[in-house]
Amino acid sequence: MQFTLISKTFDANIPAVIAALLLVLLAFTAIVGPAFIHYRPDAVDLNQLKQPPNKEHLLGTDSKGRDILSRLVYGSRISLSVGIIASSLSMCIGIFFGLISGYFGGKVDMILSQIFDIFLAFPSLLLAIGISTVMPPGLTSAMLAITLVGWAGFARLVRGITLSLKEQTYIEASRALGASSARILYKHVLPNALPLLFVAGSLRVGGFILLEAALSFLGLGIQPPAPSWGSMISLNRAYINSAPWMVIFPGLAISITVMSFNILGDFFRDKFDPKMQA
Amino acid sequence: MTFYILKRCLLFIPTLLGITLITFILMQSLPGDPVQGMVGERASPETLVRIRAELGHDRSLPMQYIGYLKLLFTGELGRSYYTNRKIAEDLYQKFPNTLKLALTAMLFASVVGIGIGTFAAVKRDSIWDRLVTLISVGGISIPVFWLGLTLMLIFAFYIPLLPPSGMGDGSLINIILPATTLGTFSLSYIARVTRSSMLESLSQPYINSARAKGLPEMEVVLKHALKNSLIPVITLIGLDLGSYLNGAVLTETIFGWDGIGQYALEGIMKRDYPVIMGVVLFGSIIFITMNLLVDISYQFLDPRVRVKK
Repeated sequence: MQFTLISKTFDANIPAVIAALLLVLLAFTAIVGPAFIHYRPDAVDLNQLKQPPNKEHLLGTDSKGRDILSRLVYGSRISLSVGIIASSLSMCIGIFFGLISGYFGGKVDMILSQIFDIFLAFPSLLLAIGISTVMPPGLTSAMLAITLVGWAGFARLVRGITLSLKEQTYIEASRALGASSARILYKHVLPNALPLLFVAGSLRVGGFILLEAALSFLGLGIQPPAPSWGSMISLNRAYINSAPWMVIFPGLAISITVMSFNILGDFFRDKFDPKMQA
Repeated sequence: MTFYILKRCLLFIPTLLGITLITFILMQSLPGDPVQGMVGERASPETLVRIRAELGHDRSLPMQYIGYLKLLFTGELGRSYYTNRKIAEDLYQKFPNTLKLALTAMLFASVVGIGIGTFAAVKRDSIWDRLVTLISVGGISIPVFWLGLTLMLIFAFYIPLLPPSGMGDGSLINIILPATTLGTFSLSYIARVTRSSMLESLSQPYINSARAKGLPEMEVVLKHALKNSLIPVITLIGLDLGSYLNGAVLTETIFGWDGIGQYALEGIMKRDYPVIMGVVLFGSIIFITMNLLVDISYQFLDPRVRVKK
C-alpha cells in the first residue's frame, strides 16, 4: 500500500524516487550517522597510511591514516548544512529584496535591479573567491561567500513573480480595503511565489554544494582537519596514482548528493512549473 | 534594433562600474594596508607615496574609488605581492592559454552536446533518451575538479594514453583532458536544451510537410529541424563561454595549465591579494562582455525578438 502511495506522489518517476531515497539516506547519515561510526574522523593512525578498502576500514584510509568512511559521514554534515543553510539564507535575502523591488517599482526597482545585475555580473566562483579572501577561511567565510553569490538570482526571480502578480485584481482589492504593503506582500504575493521558489531552490542547492566543495578544494572554505568532501579531494590528490580511493570516494559522495538534488529539482519543476526553462 | 543595441551598451556601463566598486570594497576589506594591496610588498617607498597620492589615501573613500578607477582606466591592475610583476602583464600573457582551453572545451561541448541532444530528441522516450537525460544530469552534478582527476586517472595513468598535466609543447594532445573536463558541464546543458528545442521544432507542422514531400528523415531532422532549434543553444554557448572562467580556475589547477585560472590559484595559495582581486575583476569584465555580446547577437539571430520590439 505504501508502494502505491509513493508511486502516486512521484508519478512513477523512478529516478525521482531513487533520488528522494538517497537524500533521505543522506539526511539520516548526516544526523545520526556519526553514532554508528567507530573511527573518529580526525583519528590519525600512522600505521595505516593510505590503506585501500579493507575489512577494518571499509573505504580505506587517507594520507594521514584517517578512516575515509568516517570522514565521509562526518563530512556529510558539513556539506549538507552549508548547502542548505546558505541556500536558505540567500533565498531569504533574495525574497526580501525581490519583493520590495517588484512591488514598489519606480526608482527603488531601478536601483535594486541594478544591484542584482551587478552581483550577477560576477562569475560565481570568482566572486566567492574574492569574498572568502577578505576574511579568515572557514565555515563562516564559505557561508557568507555562497550566500552573497546566490541571493541576487533569487531576488531577480522573486521580482519577476511579484511584477506579474502585482496587477492581479485581488491585490488591488486588498489595497482598496486598506491593507498595508507589508501585509499584501506577506499574505498574498509570497504564498503564490512559494511553489516557484521551491523549485528554484531545489535546483540551486546542488550548485551551492558544488560551490562549497570548490571553495574547500581551493583551500578557502572549510579548513582541514574538518572533513569537508572538497578538501578531502585536494588533500589527497597528490596520491591519486598510488591511492585513488582517497579521491574517488569523496568525489562520488559529492556527485551523488548533487545529482539527487538535481533530479528531485527537475521533478518538482516538471510538476509545478512546466513553463520554466531547463 | 540599433536603438536596442545602444541601450544595452549604455546599461552595460553601470554594471561595469558596479563590478569595480564591489572589487574596490573587497580590497578595502582585506587585512592589511589597501595601498599595499594595489602596489605590492616590495614596492619602494617612493612608489608607495606616489600611489597613495594618486589614490588619495588621505582623501575620503569615494575619492579613493575615483583614483582607483583612474588607475584601472590606464590598464593598471597593480603588482603581485610576490613576484612584483605587473598583474596586467601576467594576465595578458596567460589569458591566451585560458582562451585556447575554453574554445576547445566549447567546441567539444557543442559538437557532442548538440549531437546527443538531437539523438535524444529523435529517439524520444527510448532507452537512449533516458540515458542522455541521465548523462546530462550527471554532467552538471559532478565537481569539475573531481572529474578532471578521475579522467586523469583513467586516461593518463591506468591507460597511459594522454599526458596527465602540463601544456607540453603546445601540441593538441595536451589539451584533450583539460578541454574534456572543462566542457562536460556545458555539454550537459547543451544536450538538454538541444533536446527540448528539437522536440519543439519536430512538432511543428512544417516537419510534416517535409516528410510528406518524401524527404529522407535524416534531411528532415538535420537540415530543417536542427537549424531552427539552434537559437537557444547558441545563446547558451555564448553564456557558458563566459562561465568557463569559473571552471578554468579548477581545471587549470588540476592539469597544470598556465592560464589565468592557475594564476588565480597561485594567488590564493600565497595570499597574493593584488593578484586575486586582479583576476576577479578581469574575469568578471570578460564575463559581462560575453553576456553583452550574446544579448546583442540574439537580436540578429532571432527575428521574432526584433518584431516584438
